[in-house]
Amino acid sequence: MKTAAEQAPVKRSRAAEAPAASSEAKAHDVVLQVRDLAVDIRTHRGTVRAVNSVGFEARAGETLALLGESGCGKSMTAKALAGIMDPVCDLADGQIVLNGTDLAALSAKERLKFAGPGLGIVFQDALTALNPVYTVGTQLGEAFRIHRGLNARQARAEAIDLMKRVGIPEPESRVNSYPHQFSGGMRQRILIAMAVALNPRLLIADEPTTALDVTVQAQIMQLLRTLREEGQMAVILITHDLAVVAEEADSVAVMYAGNVVESGPVSEVFADPRHPYTKGLLESVPVHLERGAQLKSIPGSPPELHDIPAGCVYQSRCPLVQDICRAERPALRPVTSPVNDADAGTATANVPSGGPSRPARTAACHFSEEITNA
Amino acid sequence: MPEPLLAIDGLTKTFHVAKSASGNTRLKALDGISLTVGRGETLGLVGESGCGKSTLARTLMMLETPDKGTVTFEGTNPFGLRGKELLNWRRRVQMVFQDPFASLNARMNAGDIIAEPWATHRSLYPTSKEREARVRELLHMVGLRPSDARKSPQEFSGGQRQRIGIARALALNPDVIILDEPVSALDLSVQAQVLNLLNELQKELGVSYIFISHDLTVVRHVADRVAVMYLGRIIETGATDEVFDHPRHPYTAALMSASPKLDVSGTQRDRIVLRGELPSPLDPPSGCRFRTRCWKAQDICAEVSPEPQVLAAPDGTRHLAECHFPLDSIKGLTGVTAAVASAS
Repeated sequence: MKTAAEQAPVKRSRAAEAPAASSEAKAHDVVLQVRDLAVDIRTHRGTVRAVNSVGFEARAGETLALLGESGCGKSMTAKALAGIMDPVCDLADGQIVLNGTDLAALSAKERLKFAGPGLGIVFQDALTALNPVYTVGTQLGEAFRIHRGLNARQARAEAIDLMKRVGIPEPESRVNSYPHQFSGGMRQRILIAMAVALNPRLLIADEPTTALDVTVQAQIMQLLRTLREEGQMAVILITHDLAVVAEEADSVAVMYAGNVVESGPVSEVFADPRHPYTKGLLESVPVHLERGAQLKSIPGSPPELHDIPAGCVYQSRCPLVQDICRAERPALRPVTSPVNDADAGTATANVPSGGPSRPARTAACHFSEEITNA
Repeated sequence: MPEPLLAIDGLTKTFHVAKSASGNTRLKALDGISLTVGRGETLGLVGESGCGKSTLARTLMMLETPDKGTVTFEGTNPFGLRGKELLNWRRRVQMVFQDPFASLNARMNAGDIIAEPWATHRSLYPTSKEREARVRELLHMVGLRPSDARKSPQEFSGGQRQRIGIARALALNPDVIILDEPVSALDLSVQAQVLNLLNELQKELGVSYIFISHDLTVVRHVADRVAVMYLGRIIETGATDEVFDHPRHPYTAALMSASPKLDVSGTQRDRIVLRGELPSPLDPPSGCRFRTRCWKAQDICAEVSPEPQVLAAPDGTRHLAECHFPLDSIKGLTGVTAAVASAS
């Protein structure tokens, strides 16, 4: 696997005129807008919808977290954005507007030319994402050869610069090493370097630290923050870890069974969840509890994709379920947050005053006003 | 202090491996580990990959033979046992594995998986009637239905599979269960269910847990005492709250600090971000093993390996740290981050 740019071969000469991705964006500008995204998977048991009418925005210099448990469609969403879905998956619907261009409407070739430099992706498992038979220098230089038309020597020099940028020691000698000669943390740095090689406007990080130890995770997160600030990139961080979201993200979209069930600024969503699933997740974390005290858990497990009920996707596990939840799927609608109203002045810590409007708070629940948060 | 159920003293295990960069062929996975586990107690074992947690678990399961050191279980050394006595000892220490998808035989049904330990320990439930009844009872204990006995592992979710793994460990009525990352493969909402189950079972059966995990939030919730490992050594051990609130070894402080916190109050948390990564256990640093990443390291740290120091814990519990310059317990983490900031 390569960065999204490098999935398919392309003729060097043509691609060299790819649009410059490094046009400066102002902080908090909307870089990516996703609307009504739907992804179908063709299985032997019929077609299932893995991602259903998902929408969100990613802003320059900010991190949006896609939060959810395994199978919720968060990685599928990332792959759809990057245009690297498995062959059995189809983009069924929706718009993916990156810097004003709808990627979903582009042909594969056009998309490569446009999205290649504009979008980078970092995968969870760096060892399988890197090619074991090429040196890291070759792999890091690939983006420059394909999109900028550099020759091997120039690309190698760029690769060394990139390695410096992501904090790999002795890049001049290590550029000729192979992926297996690096530690897990260093491999992840190389993968990040590949993703940011062409200064993309948008960086998608799919569980970038899940395979790493916690002290190394802290280093990688610090690196991602630094790169985000330097390039004013929009970052989409895909994770199942609530604590990582709390520490790293500005806004969050919580996904469940292929749907976004709640979204908004992290500080507000976590302080005052307006969807029972978000609330259930937050309560499952063992913090501030007496040792051995009973943890609140969500009963049952998420529905299978080929067995998603009509009505609300969360109905089978929800403590608030009513008849209407079984009959009618709640739409994602704006919710008001008491936290927001109470101290609107301090809650905007992430966005300086005078900036563009903050991401709206939405939730997909018939009873979101009735959720009580102690 | 009551006599511990399990006492480990100076346990050392060296593996012989292919040559490393420095020509070293000896990998010291455990380097003088001393620990105790009391009856009904949960000992949390934390550390990063390669620190020796799993080798310690395997040695306690008698899957590895230590080079040096002793294991004492109720006054006897299991490594000296033979025949029936050894079999009985094995019955008393059981294990639950990390990956519930790899640790259950896909060709057996849940009931057979739970009953399999009795194929070796025949005397426990000699008749098939007793075995069937006990399987049903165990399924009930871990929150599954009796009819689930006939299902194969593929028909269960990850959380349910881990319940089967726990039922299998309980089948021999053990005194100690080694839980090797038992919830790290599970989703958060399911993780809480399994942690609750483990907690209930411990209250009910009085079994001791050795809980291995990299997730400090989980360890803080389940463990009575915690031991922190780094490159084959236990560098700090003490009562859980004491170690978490007043870490005395710089590595423990860094580990606590690096672990993300679920706090959205908006207060900016100072973080210790360590330099570099874990050195290779094949070529560990001289003296203190943490010195290459430590902000407090002095010349002595390279020359003399620190001995475990007993430190005063305000609540009177036993708190040990292997460090020449242990951190000030009063300042806690805030003082540490200030010191790191001024050092770098």
